[in-house]
Parts: sequence; structure tokens; C-alpha cells
Amino acid sequence: MAESMQVLEDHTNSEYKYGFTTDIEMDVFPKGLSEDVVRAISAKKNEPEFLLEWRLKAYRHWLTMTEPKWPNVNYPKIDYQDIIYYAAPKERPEIDSLDEVDPELLKTFEKLGISLDEQKRLTGVTGIAVDAVIDSVSVKTTFKETLAEQGIIFCSFSEAVQDHPELIKKYLGTVVPYTDNYFAALNSAVFSDGSFCYIPKGVRCPMELSTYFRINTANTGQFERTLLIADESSYVSYLEGCTAPMRDENQLHAAVVELIAMDDAYIKYSTVQNWYPGNKDGVGGIFNFVTKRGMCGGKNSKISWTQVETGSAVTWKYPSCILKGDGSVGEFYSIAVTNNMQQADTGTKMIHIGKNTSSTIISKGISAGRSHNSYRGLVKVGRRAENARNFSQCDSLLMGDKCGAHTFPYLEIENQTAQVEHEATTSKIGEDQMFYCKQRGLNEEDAINLIVNGYCKDVFNELPMEFAVEAQKLLAVSLEGSVG
Amino acid sequence: MLNIRDLHVAVEDMAILKGINLEIKPGEVHAIMGPNGSGKSTLAQVIAGKDEYEVTSGTITYKNEDLLDLEVDERARAGIFLAFQYPVEIPGVSTAHFLKSIVNAGREGRGEDELSAVEMLKLLRSKTQMLGMDQKFLSRALNDGFSGGEKKKNEILQMAVLNPKLAILDETDSGLDIDALKIVADGVNAMRNNDNAFIVVTHYQRLLNYIEPDFVHVLYNGQIVKSGDKSLALKLEEKGYDWIKEEVASATV
Repeated sequence: MAESMQVLEDHTNSEYKYGFTTDIEMDVFPKGLSEDVVRAISAKKNEPEFLLEWRLKAYRHWLTMTEPKWPNVNYPKIDYQDIIYYAAPKERPEIDSLDEVDPELLKTFEKLGISLDEQKRLTGVTGIAVDAVIDSVSVKTTFKETLAEQGIIFCSFSEAVQDHPELIKKYLGTVVPYTDNYFAALNSAVFSDGSFCYIPKGVRCPMELSTYFRINTANTGQFERTLLIADESSYVSYLEGCTAPMRDENQLHAAVVELIAMDDAYIKYSTVQNWYPGNKDGVGGIFNFVTKRGMCGGKNSKISWTQVETGSAVTWKYPSCILKGDGSVGEFYSIAVTNNMQQADTGTKMIHIGKNTSSTIISKGISAGRSHNSYRGLVKVGRRAENARNFSQCDSLLMGDKCGAHTFPYLEIENQTAQVEHEATTSKIGEDQMFYCKQRGLNEEDAINLIVNGYCKDVFNELPMEFAVEAQKLLAVSLEGSVG
Repeated sequence: MLNIRDLHVAVEDMAILKGINLEIKPGEVHAIMGPNGSGKSTLAQVIAGKDEYEVTSGTITYKNEDLLDLEVDERARAGIFLAFQYPVEIPGVSTAHFLKSIVNAGREGRGEDELSAVEMLKLLRSKTQMLGMDQKFLSRALNDGFSGGEKKKNEILQMAVLNPKLAILDETDSGLDIDALKIVADGVNAMRNNDNAFIVVTHYQRLLNYIEPDFVHVLYNGQIVKSGDKSLALKLEEKGYDWIKEEVASATV
């Protein structure tokens, strides 16, 4: 028994594999936040007046708010004046080809395993279009032209502000208003870049769209903003990946993602989050305080969130769906892994407003080391949401005896016709399962990976193929050294 | 092949096995019988390497190597297979994927290349057919929701694809109906050759009608108190264990 625990501990002592910094000249603002900083960010990005006004309203509102204390996580107080709110790679003329991109940056992408060169060589419809955000600025959007032929807009948020201000003005903040919560307000005031995507009526986006985020500069907050609009009867699958270098101090990441699905549109949003989790003793790592929400505004629209969360020191995140359109569908598939000293409080909100709406929640938490992993989910069925259905399944897997798993399901049902099912299990990775696998000749790590992958299968099935493979590898790395 | 010398085993300071001696040569089938709590399953698990059992003294050599020095998975890759009395469920892992993983782990251990998808499929098909099992079996999650009989058949299927040198069947017959018992026995008999050996742990003589043992040992109170040929099993069937207990009691007086 004790021996197995030891093995478990050894296994959880894996090193973060993405902890490199890139030596690129950066254009960096001094630390601190004020109205002047908000104005400076807006000016730097040459934004129209309406956006500056919106940022300022958000900033002023933020000043009146206090940081939420209800999540089941502990972290040192954040000094918001000790953060750099804007950092961009210098030498950023209009980039037309990858040859003009700083070679150091290209090396970064190669280390991340998303060589844009590689992406570019792929032709036609089978590739993945990538928008990479380093610190605050979007660096390169591949396949822009291929997509444009179908009327799809996929570009950095800043570009969209310049090229499609009417879309930004119409939709920004409609799903996550700047008053929504503390971190959403902060993001609205200081967001520096992110991705923008618009899929026109009836268009099925021919490739996976992908964004890679990376925090590079020390003491930088990353506040990206993603806005994705799927017009009537369109379809898009969007992938998001994140990494960060290792640093002793914590870095703040407070993003906002807004999805809008119109009649019969389907948005599939997948995230593999691998921010630096801090070292084994909990020093450093990213605070990942993110607001993600989708509006199923149109009838029979569908939004599906799939996330594999293995990184960050502290995660606070609830990708949600507002099921406003009649017959709309919301899905949430999640794997959240915490190891060492990591803490995660994550889950979803399914807000049923329209008639015949349905939602599915599959959450798989895996805790190892001395970590804490909480599922928090709300299913709300409004008064007029006739025949709403929800199915929730929340499973927790514990590795070792020093970690914790918690489940906080909330149900608010205001309509008698609702059918809501909730299932929850907590299990320990079994000594018996391990013995069984090893007796068949599998070594320790292969046995763990097999069992954990089996446990997560329902969620992996929801990921696009190439992402699923990556996610499985990531899971293996995150739990390397962990069970007996 | 396997040589057990004066093996003493304890669990949490309680002695379970008290001086086991047993030699198994290639080509042999040994049946180990005995009343409940005599240490049969413990012996099976110790050979497989379960770490909650403490070997307090004695040796086990396997192919002239100290078996007790090897990890569980190393023993498995060296050709030792344990058919579990209570097979474990692994949700979300298909039986086919599991079989593929364990076959390739064994091959890797022997320095062989992984089987190609086609070869693997052929192997799995031929073994399921040999055991009269439905192909659908392969796509189900490992033992998850299987009936008792299906779990036991799955153990034999795993044994068949791994083709071990020394297979230990720990009460594989318990809970099987007569048809399933025949399938299990046919599987074992089809595998028997001059290079491999079997240890069949059982309560009942019934299984031994189908798998004919070369030797029958009676384990009682942590020791092998009697050994013989298959006629010993028949005698036990007829007379029960009491006469053995009496023999042991009078011998120690």
C-alpha cells in the first residue's frame, strides 16, 4: 500500500514541458492600471471611439467591484498595479508572409508543436487555420485567404476592430457584458487582442480554426478576447490551446470568450489548456480566471464546449450556454486534471430559457498530488422553458490520499415539465485495476494511461481527432509519475 | 520452470503460507485443491507478485531466476499469467484495445516489433473463435457489466492471446455453468504443450474432469499436506477434506 503511494507521488512529479521563454524584443507598457493605461492601449491599437468608451465604462465599473471569493480556491492577493497590461512583440510591420516573422517567434511555435510553416504547407481544406497570440498581440493568422473565399472572417481581434467595426460594435459584450463579473470587467477594460471569427449564413467552415495563446513576458497579464459568431445554419469547430513559460511569480490570465449561434447554427469549441501550473511546491504558475459563454440565440442552435484542463496554478472557469432559442442544445464535456498544488474550480452553467431546450454535462475530474479539484455547475430552467432536459454526469477520480475532489451542483428549476438527471461518482484509481493491468505485462505508466484514458473516453470522443491525440499525450505528461 | 522452496508468506503479520514446496516442470498441469482459507489464492497471488503479501522466508525461482526480485509486470512479460478469481472492470477501455496493449507490451518485453493492425485483428479473431466467443465481445469495455461467466471467459481469452509459459487459474471454474466450463477447459487444453505449464487452483474436482492434471496437491493450513495424481482429486470429491484434516492432526500429535 505504502509503496503504491510512493509510486504515485513519484509519478505526479512531472516537469512542465513548455517552460521556455522566447527572446524577442517586446514593446512593453510600464506596470500598473489607470484610465490612462486603458486609453493608451486603445490608442496603441488605433481603436474607434465607441470601443474606447466601452473600455472606459468597463474600467470604471471594475473599480466598483470586488474580487469574487466564493470559488473553492486559495491564492495570494493579486496586486493589480503590479501587472503589465500591454506587451507586444516589437518590429511588427504588416506581415504578409511567414518569412517576415521574427525567426525566434517561429522557433517558439515549433517548440509548441504548431509550426506555422507546417500549417502553411498544408493546402486546401484539410488544414487547421491558426491564429497565435503571444502575450497581448495576435501574431499571425494562417489560411485567412482560403477562408475569405467562403466569406469566413477569421482574424485577430485588433484586425477585426479595424476591418469590421460594425460587427464588433453589434456583438461585443452581448453575451458577457462588462458588468458580468470582476475579471470580465477587467478584461473588457484592458484586453489587448484575441481572435475574431464570423461564419456566414449556410457556410460549413471547411477546416478547424485554432488559436494558440502564450504568455511570454514576465509580469504580464494576458487578457485576450475572443468573439465568435455563427450565422444561420453555419457550422464551425474552433480549437484553443495555451502554454506559458515557467516563472516563479504568478501570472494572471483573464480572458473572455463570447460565442453567438443563430438559427440552426452549430459551434463546437474545444480547449486544451496547459498553462504553467507552478512547481511541485506551488510556486509560480498561471491564475486562469476566464469567462466563457455561448448564446444559443437562434432556434435549434447548438453550442458544444469541450475542455481538457491540465495546466494553471489556479483555474476558475465555467464555460456556459444560454439556451434562448427554442430547441437549442448546450453541451459541456470536461476533463480537469490537477496535480501537485494545483487548484481548479470549474464547471458550467446551462441556462434554459427557450422551449424544448436540452443540455448535457459530462465532467471528469482527476486529482493527484496535493491538489484540489472542484466541479461547480448550475442547471437553470426558466419559467417558460417547457420540456427542458438536462443530463449531468460528474465523475471524480482520485490518485493518492492527499488530494481532494469536490462537487457543487446547483439546480434551479422553475418549470414543472423539466427533466433533469444528475449522476455523480467518486472513485480512487484502484490498486486492483493497477495490479490487473500490470499482471498482464503493462508497466506502471502504461497502466495509468490506459485506466485514465478509459475514464476520460466520453470526453475525448468529443474532441476533433488530432486534438484528441494531443490531449491524451498531455494527460499522460500531466500525470507522469503518479499512481500505484 | 518454477521452483518454490520453503515459502512462508504473511499478511499484516499473520502467517498464511507456512513452508510451501512445489516444483513445476514444462508440460505439467498441477491442481491445487483445499478447503476455504487454506492459502490457495494467496499462493497464486504471491507468484504473480501482489505486494500486499510479505514473503517472510523461502524462495521462488522461475527459469532459474529469483522471481521475487521481479516486479509484477516483469513477471508477466516473462510469461507468468494469472487468471483472476475476480477479474477487474476497467470502464471506457475496450477489450480489443486492452488485448492489443497487453500483446504489444509482451512483444516489446521480448524485443519484438508491435503487431500490425491486420495481424492483431487476425490474432484476436482466431482466439475468440477458438473460445466460441462473439466478436462483439471485443468492442465492449473490459469486464464492465460482464456477467460472471463472461469475465471468466475473458480471462481465458487474455491467456490465449498472451500464450504464457506458466498460467495460474485461480478458481476460474467458480460460478461457471457447464457450457462455460467446457469452453474454458477446451481453451486450456488447446494451449497445453511441452513448453508450458498450468497451475489450476480449484475447490472442485469437476474442472479436473476436463483439464486432466498430472499432479494434485492439497493445501491445508498454509502447507501442502498431500500430493498425488488425479485419483487424489476423485478421492477428495468422494470423501471431502475431513480425512486429510484428521491425518494432519494425528501426524502433529
